[in-house]
Amino acid sequence: MNHDISLVVNGEPYRLSVPSHRTLLQVLREQLVLTGTKNGCEAGECGACTVLMNGEPVNSCMVLAPEADGADLVTIEGLVQDSQLDPLQEAFLASGATQCGYCTPGILINARALLDRNPSPTEMQVREALVGNLCRCTGYLRIFDAVQMAARSGVEAEA
Amino acid sequence: MQPFDYVVPQDFREASVLLASGEGHALALMGGTDLLVRIRAGLVRPELVVDLKKLPGMQVIRQDADGGLSIGAACTMNQVANDGLVRERYDLLVQACNSVASYQLRNRATVGGNCCNGSPAADTAPALYCLGAVAEIFGPGGRRRVPIEGFFAGPGRTALAPGEFLTAILLPPFSSGARGAFKKLGRTRAGDISIVSVALCAFEETGDGRRKAVAPRGWRIGLGAVGPTPMRATRAEDSLALDQSPAGVAEAAELAAQAAQPIDDVRASATYRTAMVRVLTRRGIEAVLQSLEGSA
Repeated sequence: MNHDISLVVNGEPYRLSVPSHRTLLQVLREQLVLTGTKNGCEAGECGACTVLMNGEPVNSCMVLAPEADGADLVTIEGLVQDSQLDPLQEAFLASGATQCGYCTPGILINARALLDRNPSPTEMQVREALVGNLCRCTGYLRIFDAVQMAARSGVEAEA
Repeated sequence: MQPFDYVVPQDFREASVLLASGEGHALALMGGTDLLVRIRAGLVRPELVVDLKKLPGMQVIRQDADGGLSIGAACTMNQVANDGLVRERYDLLVQACNSVASYQLRNRATVGGNCCNGSPAADTAPALYCLGAVAEIFGPGGRRRVPIEGFFAGPGRTALAPGEFLTAILLPPFSSGARGAFKKLGRTRAGDISIVSVALCAFEETGDGRRKAVAPRGWRIGLGAVGPTPMRATRAEDSLALDQSPAGVAEAAELAAQAAQPIDDVRASATYRTAMVRVLTRRGIEAVLQSLEGSA
């Protein structure tokens, strides 16, 4: 059975026909060719597929495409505004918080959501927020540093 | 994922009829965080997935006429943990919700779904046992209510009959002074499934049946992942109510360990689980006592 759904992805409206058993992750990657969102574990464990759904981070592998009808989504492709990298992306580059890069889009999206709800997180709050994002390269420390660096630059920009 | 049909029922009756259809090949969907994993693993092969979360009230938390709280079965863990009324009166449930998996998953996982899986390791269950929660069910026979102890029927089994589904978790009135602690042991400090979990709360029974916790008289202790269902350690509760000295705390922890009926499995041995019930119960009691002292 196919379902007609409407979505907004990175500000662009879409009308799509999706099978019942396809996930939001598959729709993003295969139908919309937004391949920045990665497929890792398909079990909600690794966070590589994290996207913002109505402003909150979710594992897109754990959302059925028809469930996303009416949703407003932001993927890693949507973090760049007017050709400007998000302060988090700048901080990841400056800190060397990326190695192979597979986990990076999911971490950036989840960290963006953290800073949106808490502009000045402590290191423990950063760690807690990123529990659902596995990285097998970096050992995480530079990722935590980068999130706090971006938070500081955001707070300074506000001041 | 193997193909299935997805449907959003328009009302409770249609949901019930759809779930009863197809002799077990129609499955209920709340947040999907367990169901989709089980479908991918081939553990279940539904022909129809019935999305219940858009039914009226399923995602609503509201105060009941008796002063208790009604939590729609499809409220997410984050929704419950961030709700003002829940935070004020049922902090124990907040702690339990926040112990589940990761922030992203808690944006999808629901308290109702956590119960409906029937897992003895369901992280919100020991807290719900302590809080005296009641499951509100809709089905072919209309609405009915079942105490949470009766809802969990065995590993992976619940009181839900064909065509029935959970609509809400009802929490009886608790004063804002009740103190609770949730202690969970997983393989890692965050996000993992419980090897053992212990929920505790202290409250004062007053004449009008309401409870407050300024001077703890009553205790509830709920255990997770150490039996075919979550359970209360009532002998430990009674013992602790009489004696909260260090010796009394040790005695209650021992009685809680004796109440546990764990099995050996891939995550831990029964012996280890029993020992950890003792440790987590003691730590939980100490945390509650400390929190009561802090507020006195």
